[in-house]
Amino acid sequence: MVILLNENYHVCTGCALLCDDIEVVIDANVITEIKTACRKGVSRMKGCNDPMSPTVEGQQVDIDVAIGAAADILKNSESPLIFGLGNSTDGAQKKAIELAKHIGAILDDTSSFCQGPTLEAIFNDKIKSCTLDDVRNKADVIVYWGADPSNSHPRHLSKFSYFPRGQERQRGWEEDRTMISIDIRKSHTAKISGDKFHQIPLQADEEFIDALIDALSGKVPKVPFEYDPKRILELANIMKNARFGIIFVGLGLVYSLDNMDPIVKLMDKLNELSNFHLIPMVGHYNMRGFNQNLFNETGHLNRVKFEKGNNTKVQHGAEFSIVESLNEKKVDAALIIGSDPLSSLPRAVADHLLNIPIITIDPCETFTSRKAKVTIPSALSGVECGGSAIRMDGEEVMFEPIIETTTLSDEEILTRIMEAL
Amino acid sequence: MANAMEIYQLLPKTNCKECGKSTCMAFAVSLLSRELTVDDCPPLKDDKFKANYKKLSDMIVPAEGASESGMIVHEDKCFGCGNCVVACPVNVAEDSLGAGIGRAPTSDKVILRVEDGIVRTSNVHDCRRFGENKILCNGCIVTCPTEAIEFV
Repeated sequence: MVILLNENYHVCTGCALLCDDIEVVIDANVITEIKTACRKGVSRMKGCNDPMSPTVEGQQVDIDVAIGAAADILKNSESPLIFGLGNSTDGAQKKAIELAKHIGAILDDTSSFCQGPTLEAIFNDKIKSCTLDDVRNKADVIVYWGADPSNSHPRHLSKFSYFPRGQERQRGWEEDRTMISIDIRKSHTAKISGDKFHQIPLQADEEFIDALIDALSGKVPKVPFEYDPKRILELANIMKNARFGIIFVGLGLVYSLDNMDPIVKLMDKLNELSNFHLIPMVGHYNMRGFNQNLFNETGHLNRVKFEKGNNTKVQHGAEFSIVESLNEKKVDAALIIGSDPLSSLPRAVADHLLNIPIITIDPCETFTSRKAKVTIPSALSGVECGGSAIRMDGEEVMFEPIIETTTLSDEEILTRIMEAL
Repeated sequence: MANAMEIYQLLPKTNCKECGKSTCMAFAVSLLSRELTVDDCPPLKDDKFKANYKKLSDMIVPAEGASESGMIVHEDKCFGCGNCVVACPVNVAEDSLGAGIGRAPTSDKVILRVEDGIVRTSNVHDCRRFGENKILCNGCIVTCPTEAIEFV
């Protein structure tokens, strides 16, 4: 389903919620006022504090020279890495896949150390999922597990899950919905869930899932840490009686498990007894889009290596993730699009990036761009250029540019690099 | 939000009457309703109560920024999640197909809306805590994750 917009509204690309009800006041091609967006969205839509300029080896150059230099680096590279794209439109992502095929690159995005495993399970139909509009209209039991949307996706609770009234939930949060939060600390979201907050120790999610499955099966739940079994039974009871349940999986849960098996087991058990769905709390606004586009093209959602000159051959595996390929020093050049791996990866892993030429395509200056050999500024997608993106629940959202710019979009820059190659 | 007992615990508890109130408990209640300020208690300025004076000053935010219904929005704490906008019963009644279902407000009669990432108030006379038939509605307070909304 493609979501069509009311013509006065714009889409916010601050996070994977892609809120489509944002009004803006524009004065002389500058956004002066933003209505309804959260603070995170406002800071994205108001643009960068430190815009990036086109440079080659630290010297400011013309954009064409920067694109030429980027093409030269990729041409001379035996094993390039293309990384990022979570903050790019579908069009740019498809172009990047094309480029990766052409130059035989390793292609990966943040999902390899983020929500990749959850999305893989959903794409392969191992876990039942639904849309956020279904959640608003039907959900009566909402579980946030290892997630704090109040900080990561501020409008998650108010726009889709807990607070709004929906078709089958006319009395909203006061009477029709129950919100549960399971986390290792009392986050801002956990505070709202009141006495339905379950605080568990670090790395204890798997034990808690097992205990919950026991409770759902009518056994006495046991966990290796101090926890009142009555509270687990009470939680199991709420989940068992749900008419439309939803679990929002955050990185807290994904990071604490070795694989997705415990979640799949829990979902199977819940669906024997009631009706439960799962949506991963995707961070970047189009990370799911990248996974979807690559999955459609290759059958894998991240961590792939294309073979130069052979368009159809693609290898997939953990060894092609950004972390492993940098650890093993397998790459000799990196094209980073809309991401900042030097900040987000541990220093020991990111170290190898400092030994190889980096090309960054980004609207704003980042730590990675400061260490890059070539920097190419791009238009801020969702504000200066339009396109489409995929929301955290898999719905496609189209958006138009809000203000005009002469800066090239990610897609145009990648097209120009392809031409130069 | 602080209560009168918490405030009382930080006061000198001598019932000296220098503030014009008959007891320290009465002063605590006046402080809570912003009738008096922390500076109206002279003994609190002694070195002995320095730590308590600071705690009370942080706890009792001045009422200058309060709306007529007594609402104070701490802008530095608000991150514009809009929970209060969607949970407010007046917003739901006035704009059931906008704010009521989580979307942008479509009516001018709503009393809470988010602008530039921070919640703003309007039409405060319609707030349920205002006027003759006021009730102690707390829809916007309990739904705020950061305690950015307070009533005096």
